Amino acid sequence: MNAFVLVGVGGVLGALSRYAVGLWLPGERWDTLVVNVLGSVALGVLTVGFADGAALLALFGTGFCGAFTTFSSFAVETVLLFEDGERRLAAGNAVVNLVGALVGVTVGGWAAALLG
Amino acid sequence: MKPALLVAAGGFAGAVCRHAVALALPGGFPWGTLAANVAGSFALGVVIYETRLVGHLGREARLVVATGFLSSFTTYSTFAVQTASLSPTLAAANVGANYALGFAAVLAGRSVVRSLAGRSAETEGPE
Repeated sequence: MNAFVLVGVGGVLGALSRYAVGLWLPGERWDTLVVNVLGSVALGVLTVGFADGAALLALFGTGFCGAFTTFSSFAVETVLLFEDGERRLAAGNAVVNLVGALVGVTVGGWAAALLG
Repeated sequence: MKPALLVAAGGFAGAVCRHAVALALPGGFPWGTLAANVAGSFALGVVIYETRLVGHLGREARLVVATGFLSSFTTYSTFAVQTASLSPTLAAANVGANYALGFAAVLAGRSVVRSLAGRSAETEGPE
């Protein structure tokens, strides 16, 4: 199947899943962190465990994980925290998203290597 | 229209556009993700500050544009995987570029909305 279709279908599933997480989690501050870390773990698993599955990576990697996690909301939320005088929270948000995602990618990769 | 349909339509378009940007830009450094993240942060900045300062955008428009398209167009997981795969120097450059340009883009979006809101306030007079 065309890679663009796979990416698009994955994007639909990822965006809807992110929307669902936002509806379930009270408080707007942490839903972005949760999807970013979870999606990074999943992408870490995919890139190590299914490195040669082009269609699978397009659907679940570029499509689902790419759409499930988000940078724009993270950037806007961080700026809004800073604006509201919550400078420590803003800096913390910036650091925790990065560390959480990088640790998530690493842990996901390890898990895939162990199980694969 | 149902919220889920709006988010799904935006999510499809956002992911496809992100993929197209990644294919269009040269490899060797994750330029595509950087471009999508910065452009998307600017656009979401415009949407969010428009909502706060002006409020003409309806809920449906925000669902399809912000929750659907822009949040799907920009990505954190791919940014993280790409950062982890780069040399330490390039990884630091990638994080610095995405963060500095992403935050600057949000502020640029805020400036655009403020200047447009100020201009319309001048023409419409006080309410």
